[in-house]
Amino acid sequence: MGWFKRLKDGIVTKTSDKKEAPDGLWYKCKECKEATTIKEITENFHKCPKCNYHVRIGSYDYFDLIFDGKTEELFTDLLPEDFLNFQDLKSYDERIIAAQAKTELDDAMSVAIGKVHKKPLVIAAMDFSFIGGSMGSVVGEKISRSVDYCIKHRVPFMIISKSGGARMMESAFSLMQMAKTSVKLSELAKNQIPYYSFLTDPTTGGVTASFAMLGDINFAEPKALIGFAGPRVIKETIGKDLPEGFQTSEFLLDHGFLDFIVDREGLKEKIGDLLTLLPAA
Amino acid sequence: MVFLDFEKPLESLFEQLEKIKQVGEQGDIDVSSNIQELEGKIKNVRKEIYSNLTGWQKVQLSRHPNRPYSLFYINTICKKFIELHGDRYFKDDKAIVGGIGSLDGQNVMFIGHQKGVDTKSRQYRNFGMANPEGYRKALRLMKLAEKFEMPVVCLVDTPGAFPGLEAEERGQAEAIARNLMEMAQLKVPIVVVIIGEGASGGALGIGLGDQVFMMENTWYSVISPESCSSILWRSWDYKEQAAEALKLTADHMYDFGIVDGIIKEPLGGAHTAPDEMAKMLKRHIKKVIGELSELSVKDRIKMRIKKYEQIGKFSKKKKNVRVKQGS
Repeated sequence: MGWFKRLKDGIVTKTSDKKEAPDGLWYKCKECKEATTIKEITENFHKCPKCNYHVRIGSYDYFDLIFDGKTEELFTDLLPEDFLNFQDLKSYDERIIAAQAKTELDDAMSVAIGKVHKKPLVIAAMDFSFIGGSMGSVVGEKISRSVDYCIKHRVPFMIISKSGGARMMESAFSLMQMAKTSVKLSELAKNQIPYYSFLTDPTTGGVTASFAMLGDINFAEPKALIGFAGPRVIKETIGKDLPEGFQTSEFLLDHGFLDFIVDREGLKEKIGDLLTLLPAA
Repeated sequence: MVFLDFEKPLESLFEQLEKIKQVGEQGDIDVSSNIQELEGKIKNVRKEIYSNLTGWQKVQLSRHPNRPYSLFYINTICKKFIELHGDRYFKDDKAIVGGIGSLDGQNVMFIGHQKGVDTKSRQYRNFGMANPEGYRKALRLMKLAEKFEMPVVCLVDTPGAFPGLEAEERGQAEAIARNLMEMAQLKVPIVVVIIGEGASGGALGIGLGDQVFMMENTWYSVISPESCSSILWRSWDYKEQAAEALKLTADHMYDFGIVDGIIKEPLGGAHTAPDEMAKMLKRHIKKVIGELSELSVKDRIKMRIKKYEQIGKFSKKKKNVRVKQGS
């Protein structure tokens, strides 16, 4: 029946009778707009089965994908704090509480030790869902402690970056985390422990300009946004549209800043190979 | 003279002073007492204005068009200075300068952001916004300093690393990150002084050192107040609030333990008495280099690492108990 032949105006279905698909059953791909069931996506390494788009996933998803099985989470006692009483439209305190409630995470990074093909590895993975994966004091401290742990136990270290950059609400303290993490990674290097930097969508700002670019091996997921300045800022600065594919993983590989790009399906295999071919000296 | 908006009360006083001086030059009327009186007044008004500057006002002062820049300081405090150019890979970045200077007999590697003094030179210097080749030139000079065992002095004054297309292609992020990692282990002393703007990674890219200082009317932050306003307030109009919220002044940074000291400026700012400012800077740099040179290489690097390792504020929860916060 066409709407022009409608007998009654408006929507007459009661809200209680409305038929809705339950939440979390379907996923609409951001890239190809195709709908897929969540189950299908999950079984396909969190990728769209139709266009291979790599869905943004969290730290624990990566631990599940990469580690053999049993893992132990490290440094779980750290919580962010609004020590500057930072207030914009919301207070930082409110933002922290809201983010913790939404994500059930303490901050934007989780660290775990586990095994990949029976070889030990420490992974520090970022969560974009927690205030844009921004780097504040907790992220810096977790990396710092991970480095100490890896030196002490002579275990290779991997960071999975997924971040909009430094956390503005911690002002200069977040800026100094760039220095802190780089300084610590220089100690790791001195001890000849390998550091694999894995960049995922998106990795920008102060995170790219510190630990994400400092890997002995830098590698990324396909089509991830990776850069220093955000595309919008660059566009405003130069007053021109940005070329197709600018600041993607493929662009960075071509310009010499990545060693390779890895599909999530082959991720575990690749990390296993790295642990064999570039272990701690 | 250029007067900032909060310096308006001074402008009319200076105008009066000019007029009286003219009268004094033309006729035989003795105006010396009037001049003295006015100069006293100017000093008092200056004191009043400058003792209560807000964060945003300090940001304005740090960008004062007459403010001295790196090359002025280097040329003023060094008897001899040879400027060195180029990163040996791609280009010579005009927004970061560097070279070897003689500081009362001590050879020092100077590296600094450089801004221009008029429209043409501002463009030439890209407004003090460096490209990757600038950071790579800085690193080359630091390595040269390390080879010949001379201390490094970095003068920071930038509105940020340049956010351009080519900068991304050539790895702006990699260039800054590489400097941070290399500066962490550099065998010679590194002294950093923020002489103007200290904006974000662009500042930090030559800003990691054993001792870091800020001049009195400068700022240091993860983001400029304008950009912060545009992101968090979604409007460019909240820069004053953003400047307050970011707590970006030298006093705050010193309280936080992020910088090791503040270098006083002449009343009214560095630009009112550049030579005096240069003298103070020189005295300060010499003293700190002297202190740092007494440490062994190993101790100095150890202390440098410890210094940065300690920066960060967070709270701790009891082991393995997830603390529920809020409702």
